[in-house]
Amino acid sequence: MNTKHKDEWLYTISSKRKLIDFNFKEIWRYKDLLFLFVKRDIVTVYKQTVLGPLWYLIQPLFTSVIFTLVFNNLGNIGTGGVPPFLFNLAGITAWNYFKECLTKTSSTFTTNKGIFGKVYFPRVVMPLSITISNLLKFGIQLGIFLGFYCFYFFQGTEANMNQHMLLFPVYVLMMALLGLGLGMIISALTTKYRDLSILVGFAVQLLMYLSAVPYPISEAREKFPSKVALIVEYNPLTQITEGFRYMFLDTGTFTWFGFFYTLIISIALFLIGLVIFNRTEKSFIDTV
Amino acid sequence: MNNIILKVENISKQYRLGLVGTGTISHDLNRWWHRVRGKEDPFLKVGAVNDRSAATKENYVWALRDINFEVQQGEVLGIIGKNGAGKSTLLKILSKVTSPTTGEIKTKGRIASLLEVGTGFHPELTGKENIYLNGAILGMTKAEIKQKEQEIVEFSGCQMYIDTPVKRYSSGMRVRLAFAVAAFLEPDILVVDEVLAVGDAEFQKKAIGKMKDISRGDGRTVLFVSHDMGAIQSLCDRLIVLKNGYVDFSGDIPGGINHYLKISELGSSMNYANVATDFGIEKVTFLDKDRQEVNSVMVGQKLVIRVDYKNFDKRNLSLSIGFLDNFSNFKFACRSDVLDVTYKDNIGVAYMTIDKWPLSEGSYHYNLAVHESSVMLQNIKEAGSFRVEKGDFYGTGKLPGKRGSFYIEYQWE
Repeated sequence: MNTKHKDEWLYTISSKRKLIDFNFKEIWRYKDLLFLFVKRDIVTVYKQTVLGPLWYLIQPLFTSVIFTLVFNNLGNIGTGGVPPFLFNLAGITAWNYFKECLTKTSSTFTTNKGIFGKVYFPRVVMPLSITISNLLKFGIQLGIFLGFYCFYFFQGTEANMNQHMLLFPVYVLMMALLGLGLGMIISALTTKYRDLSILVGFAVQLLMYLSAVPYPISEAREKFPSKVALIVEYNPLTQITEGFRYMFLDTGTFTWFGFFYTLIISIALFLIGLVIFNRTEKSFIDTV
Repeated sequence: MNNIILKVENISKQYRLGLVGTGTISHDLNRWWHRVRGKEDPFLKVGAVNDRSAATKENYVWALRDINFEVQQGEVLGIIGKNGAGKSTLLKILSKVTSPTTGEIKTKGRIASLLEVGTGFHPELTGKENIYLNGAILGMTKAEIKQKEQEIVEFSGCQMYIDTPVKRYSSGMRVRLAFAVAAFLEPDILVVDEVLAVGDAEFQKKAIGKMKDISRGDGRTVLFVSHDMGAIQSLCDRLIVLKNGYVDFSGDIPGGINHYLKISELGSSMNYANVATDFGIEKVTFLDKDRQEVNSVMVGQKLVIRVDYKNFDKRNLSLSIGFLDNFSNFKFACRSDVLDVTYKDNIGVAYMTIDKWPLSEGSYHYNLAVHESSVMLQNIKEAGSFRVEKGDFYGTGKLPGKRGSFYIEYQWE
């Protein structure tokens, strides 16, 4: 212990808060905890289930089948020459990752109040670990998508990946940042007023239909009222699902404007989420 | 010498009484409006004193009010107080779980808390996996845990179950494992709240021993909250007594324990009075050698206890007074039937005399009983409590050292 001077305090706990008050050094010190949380999430989800991680596959596959039946067979939505099943699977795979990050992180404070009420560690470790452990699920779902992709490819379907594949990691990052940012904002707001948590499940469902998951932007431009089409187009999530399909299936459109627009919004939302989350973590236990 | 590792300055914590919900938004807006104009939060001016049993019309309560204390490096500080006195709130603020409403805590070391051990255990993970997870939650790195893994497992005494999911553990085993993890934590300041309540006697002994090692051996500072006076006595160097959110006492262990017992509701009276029953002991009064009422007893002095009784109906009943220490350990009893003395009046007074009070200084309780041969007719447990002050037992002005709990007359030739 160094106690050279009387005033050399290591840190101070006080009621005053700064607007932006991050202790990155501290978060770094807890990196092992982050990975242990990730490991815990992955290992424990499907303990004592028979099918285990196979459950990760069943949900997107069935949803794609239903979407194909409803939107493409019944609703006649064009997919630009790509097999509708593959088209839907691509959209759902991308959407699922965002959705999982959002819904899981949005309940951080309420689901962890037991442990948060007893021990201190940088709270942000929790949503971060959720986002990272969801990557595994995303990876598995991406795998099944690629499996079907190969199947269709060898059957002679024209669905070529293009050079925009290089942007793939950035897209994953954007999805994570958007889900995490929104999730942190919602989790911070739900500590005092529970209304939002009721809204989340339902809003996410609706948001999916405004994010061009079961249809391409071109169809939205053509068939939606112009104002709604505008909303769909400027929804950053639309840019992600569309871009995701574009790089894998070479269908739809890609603009650099849309790309950077989405990137900036993701980063901004993430930072706002971080600030709000950080402000809440100090005293949420009194109100949760 | 002056090696202060933790300094608590004017810490207060305000809570809202009743439901969070009704009127919350209006209060939040009011608060915000004051803050925007640069004024003080209006709700900080109000707030009731944290007295659990009192009625109040206030919406806010001060769970803690202006707490100040300092802790030296390597010191074990005990914190005691009645339920709801603010102990846990204080520990929560210290461990950064919640932030204070006003005030500051300055520290030179890292604080780790051991509040209700086992939080953070995942039931599906094995004991070993949970050691890593819990260690990390408490702030250890993976490398640190790996280094101590063997010791932790040994200390917990759960070797056989270490690869079994924690959900199959008994509650005692869970506590053992959790305490073991925390015990090998190396924070500068360890905050411990009531952990020893669970676990068997052997483990409690082990845990107290380990905590002694932590403070004495490694020079680490421990803040220890407990209701177990025995544990407090054997562990702590100094004691803080909290009452209604205030620091009511701060000082040495015996003084603190006495103070705590004095403010606790149970047995605050020396003289017992009971008018509710129509049979048996009605009143007990402590008197000195001149038959004057006294407020405390002195070692070596003459003590006379006057017992007023009624309606013995010529039944030849015997009276008995038993004495117990702070921890309800029975010390001795003075029974009248042993001396072949019985009482039979309908309204009567009995005097019991002890020529030289033998028990050493401290707080004591007494029990009262009425017997008919060997059948107990009335039994009043902890009827009252009283303080024994230091006194000159041997008439030489000298007393033996602190060890021993009573004095006897003896001769040397």
